[in-house]
Amino acid sequence: MGQTIAEKIFAAHLLDTPTPNNMVLDIDVVMCHEITTPIAIMDLMEKGMDRVFDPNKIKAVIDHVTPPKDSKTATQAKIMRDWSRRHNIKDFFDIGRNGVCHALFPEKGFIRPGYTVIMGDSHTCTHGAFGAFAAGIGTTDLEVGILKGVCAFRAPRTMKIEVTGDLQRGVFAKDIILKIIKELTVNGATDHIIEFRGSVVEQMDMSSRMTLCNMSVEAGATSGICLPDKVTAEYLWPFIQNDYDSVEAAVSEFEKWHSDPDAAYEKSIIVDVTDLKPQATYAFKPDHVKNIDELAGTRIDQIYIGSCTNGRIEDLRAAASILKGRTINEHVRAILTPATPLIYSQALDEGLIKIFMDSGFCVLNPTCGACLGMSCGVLAEGEVCASTTNRNFNGRMGKGGMVHLMSPLSAAAAAITGEITDPRQFLE
Amino acid sequence: MKEFGGQAFFIDRKDINTDEIIPAKYLTENSKKALKPHLLEDLHIKNNGFDPHDKELQEAKVLISRTNFGCGSSREHAVWALEVNDINLVIAESFARIFRQNMFNCGIMAVELKAADIDKLFSLQGKVIITVDLDLEVIKATEEGGDQKSITCGFSLNPFDLQLVKTGGWLAYADQNY
Repeated sequence: MGQTIAEKIFAAHLLDTPTPNNMVLDIDVVMCHEITTPIAIMDLMEKGMDRVFDPNKIKAVIDHVTPPKDSKTATQAKIMRDWSRRHNIKDFFDIGRNGVCHALFPEKGFIRPGYTVIMGDSHTCTHGAFGAFAAGIGTTDLEVGILKGVCAFRAPRTMKIEVTGDLQRGVFAKDIILKIIKELTVNGATDHIIEFRGSVVEQMDMSSRMTLCNMSVEAGATSGICLPDKVTAEYLWPFIQNDYDSVEAAVSEFEKWHSDPDAAYEKSIIVDVTDLKPQATYAFKPDHVKNIDELAGTRIDQIYIGSCTNGRIEDLRAAASILKGRTINEHVRAILTPATPLIYSQALDEGLIKIFMDSGFCVLNPTCGACLGMSCGVLAEGEVCASTTNRNFNGRMGKGGMVHLMSPLSAAAAAITGEITDPRQFLE
Repeated sequence: MKEFGGQAFFIDRKDINTDEIIPAKYLTENSKKALKPHLLEDLHIKNNGFDPHDKELQEAKVLISRTNFGCGSSREHAVWALEVNDINLVIAESFARIFRQNMFNCGIMAVELKAADIDKLFSLQGKVIITVDLDLEVIKATEEGGDQKSITCGFSLNPFDLQLVKTGGWLAYADQNY
């Protein structure tokens, strides 16, 4: 019997099997941010266990509330900063170099095909886009990861989702994943790894693959994963060029991780996206999804473009393509948060920031900010936001607020009209 | 090992997420105790005047809910918010993976029961007391007043999760073994 990519990665990292269904894995990258890590650091210090298994395998960033908004968040940042210095964690990203973890760490080349990756953050599944097994964990798992470089998971069960057809103009990876979550429901993939396959995924750039994998947790999945290929190798090339003679050589090496043709899947689904329209969520769960035209006319107070789901340069380009030469509706305020300094800088070079600012957007530094209602764009009671983020939970962006999740293009269209709008009417 | 069981509090909704259990604005706290007053602060139940300051919730040692309890954010703060409120057990039809693992990692329990058994628990009246027999893998729910009706349900724990509970959590287990 053949193996899936997840089974291959598990087998290659297996340290212990306390039961046949429970596997303890060696972890290649332990990522840390300032919301879930400081409390782990404090606990380890109290227990006399303030050690790290390998400072080179720990990547740390301050991203959720940055620059700090108050004394408490300043303290969290300080705990991270002091800890990183104390343990010689070289890959620590502080103000000026920091960005949203799941956009920043891929950009630094930290994630490679076949890796195991954990972080005290549910959207760690984003990194599955590189053909890695990447999973969100809690603080106790993070403590053990920091201390021992290991983490326990149940034996992998894989669900294959084949995305086929021809994606229409104005429809993006975000629309596809919202549609998939609607089909699966919010717990349809619990305890499963979703393997994204099919011609549409093969044609996607890394940014789109990250968007797909990022939201697999919203269907309950342990992670999403894509097979590493030429697109992956080309993205990673600046970081791997000393390891391989050519991109082709890297691609052929990556193929060892590919699922075997006779691998067993618990479930296989085919999603044809040819007729897919732009999607948006309503109410308070990410599986409450409709075609955007069914929600057209819903009045919006705030637009938010950013986050680990859709704050990358491709997302900014899509939004700017229709904001160019237009201004946002007078009753909305719009916020852009490029996800990393590199994206911000690219957007400046490409003239995108000027387009956003001329249209009336407020442009913030890279941060998670408003996505989880911690800073930089919290909603008031009764307010409605069109957002490129990943969760529309009740209270997520501020108590009593309502979030409609959608693609960057759809969010830009909402900014122009002040209401939920099918963005395709603005495409030339 | 901790004691499991006690007075139950029923939450009749599925897909309760960790933002509802503990909102993100409290994630800047660096002590678990500080989470205590904010348990379930943002819980949203349609047409049900749920009050996070309900006296019965404050007395509860056990939560009983429906499917996909603890979905969303990985924040272990959701488990700590339960822990510092002396809740040692959540019973539900199913759990989100990270929340379930965080519970066992902290040495407390997330027990899944069949939908029919959850329905039976919800049918009990008045104060309900839960007792747990870990060896037999049986939960008993008894009405405190009235006709003191009682229901017994079998469950099945992942043996590794049981081991974590017996060891006092994943940090202790990992420190002993790896």
